[in-house]
Amino acid sequence: MTEILLSAKNLSVRFGGVLAVNNVSFDVKQGEVFTLIGPNGAGKTTVFNLISRIYTPTMGEIDFAGPTGMLKLTTQPPQNVASLGIARTFQNIELFEHASVLHNLLIGRHTHRATGLWQDFFFTAKARDAELIAREKAEEVIEFLSLQHYRDTFVAGLPYGVRKVVELARALCTEPKLLLLDEPSSGLNVEETDDMAFWIQDIKNELGITVLMVEHDMSLVSKVSDRVLAMNQGEMLAMGTPREVQTDPGVIEAYLGSIDDVSSLRRTASGVSSAQEAA
Amino acid sequence: MRFIFKTDYAQDVNLAKHGGHVFWYSALMLLLLAAPWIFAEYWLAQLTLVLIYSIAGLGLMLLAGFTGLFSMGHAAFLGVGAYTHTVLTNMGVPFPFALACAASLSAAVGLLVGLPALRVKGIYLGIATLSFGFIVEEVLARWESVTGGNAGVHIKKPDIFGWVLSSGEQFYFLCLVITVVGTLGILNLLRSPTGRAFVAIRDSEISAQSMGIHLAYYKTLSFAISAAFAGVAGALYAHNLQFISPDQFNILQSIDLLLMIVIGGVGSVHGAFLGAIFLITMPQAIAMVKDYLPATLGQAPGLQGLVYGLVLIAFVLFEPMGLYGRWLKIRTYLQMFPFYRKGMFKRQKSFQKSDRLK
Repeated sequence: MTEILLSAKNLSVRFGGVLAVNNVSFDVKQGEVFTLIGPNGAGKTTVFNLISRIYTPTMGEIDFAGPTGMLKLTTQPPQNVASLGIARTFQNIELFEHASVLHNLLIGRHTHRATGLWQDFFFTAKARDAELIAREKAEEVIEFLSLQHYRDTFVAGLPYGVRKVVELARALCTEPKLLLLDEPSSGLNVEETDDMAFWIQDIKNELGITVLMVEHDMSLVSKVSDRVLAMNQGEMLAMGTPREVQTDPGVIEAYLGSIDDVSSLRRTASGVSSAQEAA
Repeated sequence: MRFIFKTDYAQDVNLAKHGGHVFWYSALMLLLLAAPWIFAEYWLAQLTLVLIYSIAGLGLMLLAGFTGLFSMGHAAFLGVGAYTHTVLTNMGVPFPFALACAASLSAAVGLLVGLPALRVKGIYLGIATLSFGFIVEEVLARWESVTGGNAGVHIKKPDIFGWVLSSGEQFYFLCLVITVVGTLGILNLLRSPTGRAFVAIRDSEISAQSMGIHLAYYKTLSFAISAAFAGVAGALYAHNLQFISPDQFNILQSIDLLLMIVIGGVGSVHGAFLGAIFLITMPQAIAMVKDYLPATLGQAPGLQGLVYGLVLIAFVLFEPMGLYGRWLKIRTYLQMFPFYRKGMFKRQKSFQKSDRLK
């Protein structure tokens, strides 16, 4: 439980003049649900994109417990991230639209491919066996997330809520050690959000997959998270259990503003009125 | 209406999904095998040409329809294949080796052209491949010591280790065998991880990458396979005409190829064949109708271009899925009669996409 799966040290990334992530460090332990929260533009998704190697950090590094021990994630090419055992979902669903749900899940099995180009071209016995194995694994995930009904449906024709689940399923098909969920509940209704919370707990408890997620829905966050990191404007605000973070004065200030802001407003208002009186 | 009861995962892996597939494709195969005895010589030659264009179409379909990379210079690969094959055949190299060399050299050139595809996409890739097409055409015209320049070059009959295919029927069967092998190859690719990686790149590069798909590798691979198919088609094209010159592989040929897959139906293997049939039969149909049109229209030059243009516009507007899409609708209508609804094939608008990878 205490073994560290992913460790970010002094992460910073700068886009031109914008410091999107500033000196962020955190450890994700094996088997926990770790959540990033923060107002819009806090840099949560940027941290995700750093881990999945879409961006390269300007400073700092990320270590990941890969198959052969700790390795520096930041020097890996982007397409290797999945085979190391990191899968992700996207904030705005990024499914393969013109393909069936099953096809999408099979693409998730890509890192486990056992055949080369020529074996595929002639569809040798090995390619056939590999297909059947991939299918069985995909079916396990379909069963896990109750997607049987949609197996052969084209993604383009699916409702939003189901797409979210399909994306989760596709990520699970890669058999990851670490699952990155970018706002799993955005756009879902209350019932679907409850299902999502249930699944995230199952993913953690039954499949033993560590989850790192970005989420805004605080009821979902406090239901499933073991630890929470609050960010604002690229910087770390607070880290701890959901309750600790929720009661942290810095976090409350980031979301709601401080009492000083309000009282200063008040002063300005009285200042204006006194100015009017003077006139 | 056919209901398929699935009891085995192998049913989804098999190419023939049900008895209907087995029956109809067997029937088609028998018809193609019997074609030399059914059709007159002229129509057999047209059928041969359809097969040759289908091979090129399959390659372009893999690239444009399944990987989402449009090539506007595909005739160049056809040209590279045709000239490589011609030069080697005239040197006395047996047909299979010459064909393999033509395919390999085309694939190698395809790899080279695939490199800009890693950086540019959409219309920019179209321009890059277009200019590549011009370069190749120019090279074929100027490199006279090898290609014979604008005067063109004749090619000997195909020679398979001493067995010379001299008749139209023999050449037809040669094309048929290569087409069948090529089609099965493409279908196999599409039901295996390689083909799925192509489709993934077409639909969402960013999530393809996060699924562990090496974008650069699969994009260049798609270009190479596509070019190899065009190269093989080029070699057969050279044999078919027995004479090639650089102007056969110009921009018009590239546009014909692109037109073929768009009208056939982008994103379907059937589309390559339907498009090839369209491309070959259309000039015949125009020639037949010509005599009944008023002389000012019927005898006007560029009538074919006009018709092609109108057909293309009509397809893009009314049937973006091409002839194959239209066939799917007709089939569904017949299967579901009288329950077919007009909006059945309408898809809801896709949701907002996050940023693509550069």
